[in-house]
Amino acid sequence: MSTPTQQRTRPPQGGRVTGKSPVYWLYLLPGGLLFSVIIVVPFVMNVGLSFASWPGVGDIAWIGFDNYTRLFADDTFWASFRNSIAMIIAMVIIPTSVGLLLASVLFDVIGKRFGGRAASTLRALYYLPQILPVAIAGIVMGWILRPQNGALNNILEAVGLGDLAQNWLGDPSTALPSVMAIMVWVQIGYPVVIFMAALQRVDPELYEAAEIDGAGWFRRFRAITIPQIKPETFVVALTCTIAAMKVFGPVFVLTRGGPGDATNVPSYFAYQNFFERANVGYGAAISTVLTLIIIVLSIVFIRFQARSERKERG
Amino acid sequence: MTPTQAEPRAAAPVESLPKRADRHHRGATRWLVLALLIAGAAVVLFPFAIILLNAFKSPAEYSTAGPLALPTELYLDGMINFWKQVNFGQKLWNSFMIAGSVAVLAVVVSLFNAYALGIGRVKGRLSIIVLFLIANMLPHEALIYPLYYMSNQVGLYNTQLAVILIFTVIQSAFGTYLLASVFGTFPKELLEAAALDGASKWQVLWRVVFPISRPTLSVLFVFFFIWTWNEFFIPLIFLISNDRQTVPVALGVLQGERLMDATTTSAAALLGVIPAVIFFLIFQRTLARGITAGAVK
Repeated sequence: MSTPTQQRTRPPQGGRVTGKSPVYWLYLLPGGLLFSVIIVVPFVMNVGLSFASWPGVGDIAWIGFDNYTRLFADDTFWASFRNSIAMIIAMVIIPTSVGLLLASVLFDVIGKRFGGRAASTLRALYYLPQILPVAIAGIVMGWILRPQNGALNNILEAVGLGDLAQNWLGDPSTALPSVMAIMVWVQIGYPVVIFMAALQRVDPELYEAAEIDGAGWFRRFRAITIPQIKPETFVVALTCTIAAMKVFGPVFVLTRGGPGDATNVPSYFAYQNFFERANVGYGAAISTVLTLIIIVLSIVFIRFQARSERKERG
Repeated sequence: MTPTQAEPRAAAPVESLPKRADRHHRGATRWLVLALLIAGAAVVLFPFAIILLNAFKSPAEYSTAGPLALPTELYLDGMINFWKQVNFGQKLWNSFMIAGSVAVLAVVVSLFNAYALGIGRVKGRLSIIVLFLIANMLPHEALIYPLYYMSNQVGLYNTQLAVILIFTVIQSAFGTYLLASVFGTFPKELLEAAALDGASKWQVLWRVVFPISRPTLSVLFVFFFIWTWNEFFIPLIFLISNDRQTVPVALGVLQGERLMDATTTSAAALLGVIPAVIFFLIFQRTLARGITAGAVK
């Protein structure tokens, strides 16, 4: 915010009037209390439970690191984390890179040659899947992909590619790619909107100068767009990576982790242990590992961003 | 950086650009680019079109003509039956009530927290903000079982109040983080003037800080509402009775059981999509502003 600099009108040492006052702590009280009860205590309990064997009722048996050693020998656990990498490809890497391209073309070509309205209409259309509850997006796509009478198979038959028709979500070899494709569809609009907003922040003279110098679209994209919107790229990549690690709704609605463990993800695996198999301690261990990975990834991202910013300043 | 002032300038004045456009934009290329982008948008919209096409077909028509044919009649029974069967009106109201309460409460809690952190600059504020930020990143799975257990103990399991309380905290963790950084640049002169006039902290909050930050608060409100509306995991676990479920949970559970025929599913999907699209149309500007806010936070 560009606060008009009115420092001159401030009386010398006038800061006292608004200076730190213990009264402010009172305003943190309701939020802090709720926060402790609903986040801190359950999180600590969850970490504690990860050292226990407990079916959810009766006595808790403390078993030390057993859940964790069992976890590292558990194929389903490794499968679920491999699928997390697939989710990062589908929810971060593809949407961010395609979104970067789309946003740049929308801003630089469509916005400038066909008017801002055309660009913002297209942007809104790409964004539409993002506003759907992700469970509903799953229902919509699951229905399109169903083997009997599904729209996708019908289209393939209609254009003479009937041989390609599949049980998209029911076959272990196509289930994960299908879920990935759905997540690309869900995610694509988010980077487009953020990057287009970011581009409005970029000084238009940069583009004008480059254009006058005869730089084509691709050179401008590489030399101006990508470096200028780096901060937003970091934010998009970080938030989407966290979302990809946490993905649950689409898996629950589309495949319930199956067939086999073909589409299982850590959240769903934890859910299964908590609520279907009454392995509370094991579920707690899975979700603790997931939390750790998310926090470590975030720290790495933020470090990386800070370093690249420092490098830029020289 | 204040998100509230990041007005999207979608219609940037570009007519003034020098006329010596580069080769990439002359002639046919730009039309090709436009055509490609429209084709891409068509792919993105395809599922919506398919739903619309089939939500009004009778099962007989669906099985003979397939999912791609235009409907020949307006068949509403499927949708009406589904609406009655799941008591969809009730689900809509539940979602609306939960998301609305969370949005109001979370905005108030965020405002209080951020007032203490951003304006009051209480000791250790940076670590407190980081704590809130971490809370926002935590996977819900890492909280769910203790929350489930605790709510059972105090008799809040299977109540909407439990879901409202949980999401109030989760959303306000983000709201606190965002608002505290916005309040970090709040014009001091206003606070000092109010203090010199003898206003108490409470009066300063409601008569100075609240009115000025109203645009940011409304962005937060819309976001909290939509995020809560779209949530699936926690409501799935906490709301087990039929009459308390939200729209995504009701539809998600039905889908999971795979009991529905094709036309009912598309009718159900359409009913699930419509509220989201209505929000989108109402809040499009706020959304654009808010996403921008999120990006530059």
